Amino acid sequence: MSTVAWITTRGLLGRRRFLLLLPLPLLMVGIALIPRLSGISPSDWAQPVIVALGFTTLLPIVALIVGTGVLGAEIDDGTITHILSKPIARWRIVLPKLLVSIAVTGATAAVPFYIVGALADGPRLGLGLVIGAIAGATLYSAIFVALSLISRRPVLLGLVYVIVWEGLLSNLVSGTRVLSVQQYVLTISDRASGSSLLSPNVSFPVALVMSIVVTALFVTLAIRKLSSFSVTGETS
Amino acid sequence: MTVEVDGVSLWYGNVVAVNDVTMTLGPGVTGLLGPNGAGKTTLLHMMAGFLPASRGTLTVDGEPAWRNPAVYRKLGLVSERESVHAYLTAHEFVLVSAKLHGLADPAAATARALDPLEMNEFKDRRIGTYSKGMRQRTRVAAALVHEPDVLLLDEPFNGMDPRQRMHMMDLLHRLGAAGRTILFSSHILEEVEQLSGTVQVMVAGRLAASGDFRTIRRLMTNRPHVFAVQSTDDRRLAVALMHQPSVNGVDLGREGLTVRAGDYGSFTRALPRIALKEGIRVRRLLPSDESLESVFSYLVEA
Repeated sequence: MSTVAWITTRGLLGRRRFLLLLPLPLLMVGIALIPRLSGISPSDWAQPVIVALGFTTLLPIVALIVGTGVLGAEIDDGTITHILSKPIARWRIVLPKLLVSIAVTGATAAVPFYIVGALADGPRLGLGLVIGAIAGATLYSAIFVALSLISRRPVLLGLVYVIVWEGLLSNLVSGTRVLSVQQYVLTISDRASGSSLLSPNVSFPVALVMSIVVTALFVTLAIRKLSSFSVTGETS
Repeated sequence: MTVEVDGVSLWYGNVVAVNDVTMTLGPGVTGLLGPNGAGKTTLLHMMAGFLPASRGTLTVDGEPAWRNPAVYRKLGLVSERESVHAYLTAHEFVLVSAKLHGLADPAAATARALDPLEMNEFKDRRIGTYSKGMRQRTRVAAALVHEPDVLLLDEPFNGMDPRQRMHMMDLLHRLGAAGRTILFSSHILEEVEQLSGTVQVMVAGRLAASGDFRTIRRLMTNRPHVFAVQSTDDRRLAVALMHQPSVNGVDLGREGLTVRAGDYGSFTRALPRIALKEGIRVRRLLPSDESLESVFSYLVEA
C-alpha cells in the first residue's frame, strides 16, 4: 500500500463523518425487506429501490462523503501542504486517493446492493448490482475528487449535482440521460446481471465508453488542478 | 544553496500582496520581519512553490519552485497553519514524511530528525494530545527529515515559551552554521532577540529594510516611546522624571502621566529607580504606541 493511500485511509476512517456512511445502506436493505417479507412481486419494487434509492441516492451520497473526504478534507484543514511539499509527481497523489475512495465507496455500497439484488432476483442480480456499484463508485469518486480541487465547497456543489442533475434532470429530461452516471450504472448492472427487472435507457456500448471517458476526464482534471494548487492562506 | 527572489510581485485582483521584492538568501539564518499583513506568508508560499508570482522570478538553487515538485528534495517548509494529521503520532508523522521523500532508510532518518527537537520522549503519543510547542517541533522535525539545504519557517515561534524559543533559535543557528539556508518569519521583534544573522523587513508588501540584525535591534531598543503612567503621587513623579535625560516631556492629566521618552531602554530602566528613591508606588505602566506598525515604520524611517 502506498504511503499516500495509507495516510488517506487512516484519515478517512479516523474522522467522525465516516459514520455517515452507515445509515443509507441500512435503510436500503430495510426498505427492500418490507415488500419481500409481505410477498409483493419484485417487479413492483425492485426497480424503484435499486434505481431511485440505490443508484440515485445511496451510491452518489456515499461517494460524495468519501470522495470529498480523501482530498477535500485535507485541503480544508491545511494538512494537504504536508503531502504537497514532497518531491512526488502529482498523479501519484491523486491516483492513490482516488483508489481509496473507490475501494471504500465500492465496499460500502456493494453489501446492500448485493443483499437487495439477491432478495429481488437471486445472487445473479446481486452480483450484477455489485459490478454496477463498483463502476458507479469509480465514476462518482473521480467526479468528487476533482470537485474538491475545483471548488472550495465541494460537498455543497456535489450535493446540487446529485440532486439536480442525477436526481431530477436525468429522470425527467431524456436528453440528459446520455450524460448521467446513474444511467451508465443501470445499463452496466443490467448487462452484468441479465435480469429482466432492470430497464436501462442507454445502450451498453454508450454506457461503457462514456464511463471511461468521464472517469479519464475528471482524473486528468484533478491531476492538472493539483499540479498548480495554490495555498491561499491567511495573509500575515 | 541560495534562494533568489527577483522583482517578485503578487496581486489578487486589485490588492497587491507583495510588491516588487528582490532578495538573495544564502547559507545562514535570515529573519523575515514585518507586521501582520505585510506579505511575509505570501512571499514564503511563493518561495515554497505554493503560489505563482504575478511578476518576477523565484528560484531555489537555480530551479523554479512553482509547479516543480522536485524542488522539495532540497527544500523544507514549516507553514504557519498548525494543521497536522492529529490522528498520527509524531513518530508516524515524521516517518510518513520520510517515506514520501523516498528516503533510503526512513526509520533512521525519522530518529535523526526527532532527536535534536527533544521529541523522543513523546513520539508515540497522538499529535492531537500535544501542546502547541510540541506540535510545532513535530512539524519542524518532519520538515528536516530529508536534511534539506533550504528550510523555510513561517512564524515558527508562535505559541512557544521563552525557553522553547531559545532552543529553537539555537537549533536554527546550528543548522545555519552547518551551511544550510534558513529563513523564518516573525511579526514580533522581541521574539527574535537572540537572532544573530541578517534580517529582511517587510512592510505593506514591500521590502523595507534589510541588513544586520544588531543594527536594527539597537534602533529598536533606543526608539522614542510614549508611556502612560499612574502612581501614588503623579505630580512628584513628574518632577523627578523631568530630571531624566531620557525623558523628553511629561503631561499631567486626570488619568495619570503621559511620558514621552526619547529612549525606550534607558527610560524603562530609570523609572523603577526613581520611584524607589522618591518612595512613590507605580500602579500602572503602559507603553501606548506599542503597535507593531509604528515600530516597523519607525525602523523603516531610521
